Amino acid sequence: MVPAAASCTLCHAARLPRTSAAAATISPAGRNRCRAVAEHAGRPGALKKVGEEMREGMVRIPSGCAISGIMSTKGIRFNGEAITRSIACMHERSNGLGGGFAAYGIYPEYRDLYALHLMYETPQARVDTEENLRRHFNVAQSELIPTRPLPQIGEAPLLWRYFVRPVREDGADGLWEDDDYVTAFVMTVNREVPGAFVFSSGKNMGVFKGVGYPEDIARYYRLEEYEGYMWVAHGRFPTNTPGWWGGAHPLGVLDWSVVHNGEISSYGVNKRYLEMFGYCLELQTDTEVIAYLFDLLHRRHGIPLDLVCRALAPPFWKAIDRMDDRERELYTALRRVYGSAMLNGPFSVIVAFQGAMVGLNDRIKLRPMVTGKKGDLILMGSEESAIRVIAGDLDEVGSIRAGEMAVARLEEGVVV
Amino acid sequence: MSNYLPPEYLVRIDEGRCRRCGECVRGCGFGTLAFAHGAWKDAMSVFKHDQGDLQQVLARIKENVTDRVVADHHKCVQCHYCVSHCPEGAVSVQPNPLAYRGNHHWRPEYLKNIWRQANTGGMVLTGAGNDKAYFSYFDHMVLDACQVTNPSIDPLREPMELRTYLGARPDGLELEPGPGPRGAVLKTRLAPAVRLDTPLVFPAMSYGAISLNAQKALARAAKACGVVMNTGEGGMHEDLYPFADWMIVQVASGRFGVNPGYLRRGAAVEIKIGQGAKPGIGGHLPGEKVDEGVSQTRMIPVGSDALSPAPHHDIYSIEDLSQLIYALKEATEYSKPVSVKIGAVHNVAAIASGVARAGADIITVDGFRGGTGATPLAIRDHVGIPVEMALAAVDDRLRQEGIRNHVSLVVSGGIRHSGDVAKAIALGADAVALGTAALIAMGCRLCQKCYTGNCSWGITTQRPHLTRRLDPDRAAENLTNLIRGWSLELKEILGALGLNAVESLRGSRLRLRGVGLPESDLRVLGIKNAGV
Ligand code: SF4
Ligand code: SF4
Repeated sequence: MVPAAASCTLCHAARLPRTSAAAATISPAGRNRCRAVAEHAGRPGALKKVGEEMREGMVRIPSGCAISGIMSTKGIRFNGEAITRSIACMHERSNGLGGGFAAYGIYPEYRDLYALHLMYETPQARVDTEENLRRHFNVAQSELIPTRPLPQIGEAPLLWRYFVRPVREDGADGLWEDDDYVTAFVMTVNREVPGAFVFSSGKNMGVFKGVGYPEDIARYYRLEEYEGYMWVAHGRFPTNTPGWWGGAHPLGVLDWSVVHNGEISSYGVNKRYLEMFGYCLELQTDTEVIAYLFDLLHRRHGIPLDLVCRALAPPFWKAIDRMDDRERELYTALRRVYGSAMLNGPFSVIVAFQGAMVGLNDRIKLRPMVTGKKGDLILMGSEESAIRVIAGDLDEVGSIRAGEMAVARLEEGVVV
Repeated sequence: MSNYLPPEYLVRIDEGRCRRCGECVRGCGFGTLAFAHGAWKDAMSVFKHDQGDLQQVLARIKENVTDRVVADHHKCVQCHYCVSHCPEGAVSVQPNPLAYRGNHHWRPEYLKNIWRQANTGGMVLTGAGNDKAYFSYFDHMVLDACQVTNPSIDPLREPMELRTYLGARPDGLELEPGPGPRGAVLKTRLAPAVRLDTPLVFPAMSYGAISLNAQKALARAAKACGVVMNTGEGGMHEDLYPFADWMIVQVASGRFGVNPGYLRRGAAVEIKIGQGAKPGIGGHLPGEKVDEGVSQTRMIPVGSDALSPAPHHDIYSIEDLSQLIYALKEATEYSKPVSVKIGAVHNVAAIASGVARAGADIITVDGFRGGTGATPLAIRDHVGIPVEMALAAVDDRLRQEGIRNHVSLVVSGGIRHSGDVAKAIALGADAVALGTAALIAMGCRLCQKCYTGNCSWGITTQRPHLTRRLDPDRAAENLTNLIRGWSLELKEILGALGLNAVESLRGSRLRLRGVGLPESDLRVLGIKNAGV
């Protein structure tokens, strides 16, 4: 049986063994769980954040976008200049209201610790967060994220990072996977601590993002000083001006990061489906939904990656009806069981996690997505130019077909 | 005593147009119309007395005999059969303009029912669904559409999927690496399900309540459209066996027509706990409607009343329901989904949750607008809650408990058009049942006299001269057309929403907005107000 219990609550799971049938069937709603987590974290019910009604999470903001990704399948690390050039080349696809990057393999010296990147809007937010943080984690390192002041970048929050390891004084030992524990913590802070936002929480990777054009964000975060084997980037064209740093992309949880171009018309279905499994969707963005769906289907349900993609952008019934018996049975089951996880509407998306990068297009290809290969480099982007600007003479170039995906993986045996 | 009651409708025959064809006289199931035989008698007496001159007699007859169609207005129920079938357009039916002394509280319908009951000492019976002016939530919800930021999809040019499966779903699939497609082998064995080509079904309407021809029409249409109909509690007539794959067989408290063969024959089995038109009330099929065919199918004597008890006599609690569910699963060797139909009542969310946990694969929630063949008026009009509210509450509760996927939700009760269907799906339904709409497609004029067994349209009657007029092939065509029309409209709605599969609308409350609803209602429905 796939466990139905949620990963969202510290308290609940501490009392109920994850594997018990009880946990699987009588776990309370996502919403209630979140509240339970909040209380556990010592911040009962306080309403989130410095009161802005128009930011992510308060309203749903449709956006158009540019996305790009590069990976060395040999695990060779390179700095953030290439990805910056790639995303900068699609300047017209963003409007200066959001840009960001995810970089993998950049913290090898802390590879076993969770790297938490936080935004603080008030000094109090940091005090509150750190109090919780120290209760649940051993903090090996706590420091400012280095930045470079730029006229193009407006007022920025305080950007801080921690390298941490979970501690288990609350008796939750053994009942929780570390990953679930960290996820619960991230959701708690983001939901309940006013002015604080965790925007990166994986191991040996980091998200860097903010309000501005992506190339300016790259310079602001001094990405040329980091070396990673895989980079993804996002330039955003939101339809209003929330001007909130947390709303920029990539979004993700643990080492999952998602950049996405499009608008998921099935957002409401996907959201309510995820909530049933204990996820709290704080930001009202599609990207968050995609990240959590990958988390649920791949990490928690153990569905192989390419079938996750087939569940999220499934073949049409007509095609399924033509398949041989075994395939038909599998795809029918995928659609019956994961119908509410289907991403409907236009999108192209790059999902990255330690060791792999996946490009996926919607069922009828309503958004562009191009892939290329050059030596050990796999490239993906909204436009061919974004790929060619990095490597002019590509070995291979192609377009992802509707509902299809492209996967880049580290070669066997490569350690990052 | 009926003197106390003025007729509700007046039937007028336009003498100038009427050519005495008798179409209306034969057509009226309620015996309202007749040729004026009194006039003939008068003529004959003239003939007898005036033996002599034949010419003169004929002249007298011509003078005196007007072989008119006359109406006993008291009997008319405004079913419009006569109006629809008069080739000359000579018949019209109007509400009796008789003015009652105006009174907002004591409206005429209440006076009339009091007179009726004062005459008979019985319950006021009725058929069809609640017709009172309760607030309609469907009419105060509107759907979304795409503009610019995400494109709408054109169903004429792109595939648009309505296929829906009704049955239990596990939380997730278990796959293991192996020689299967994409290197994965499916370990999970999925529970049986009913496949629908469009998220519509015909709800339970029994043979007995409706005619065999009506059931045949529903069965043929279900097959043609790739949906299912439901036997209702009256068993399955032999003639319908070829359609059994498109039929859900119902087990109600009377257990009429239930045997192992019946259970195994259908596409799914449904336990009827309650019905929106009369939650908490058993079924009542008057003996007049129990003819040879009904008697055979229900396994009861001809002419005997078929009374199904209010509760199942083996279900007095939720654990009993669970036993029956599993007894039926055993009897069908776990090859069919088991559905449980409940009426929408105040505590419907908790009940549905219990039903889901009791092992049901499908839950049908029937709202208070749902139709019936016969029920006390007091129950039909005053018991139960709107299906929109019930659906929202049930879907919410099942999600809160993390078991929404374990059951499929079908809703019924006053679904009038594809807009209602789309709204119900957005609120959380897997599929929608259309009962009254299906009858209307076959001719029903909602006269609400189904319990009399006189239905002029041959639908809710067993009288041969009436059932004969319902041609199952033509009616099936009408039903098929209706399903097709609604499905096309659903595709347009989905396309406008930027979706190409109906499951992407299921439970998407974000795509609904309320117009003119108070905060408390919006909260129950889980939707926002228009403009935000
Ligand atoms: S009951 Fe129907 S058919 Fe008969 S007179 Fe009235 S409207 Fe006409
Ligand atoms: S089915 Fe027949 S009797 Fe019943 S409401 Fe319709 S027309 Fe009247």
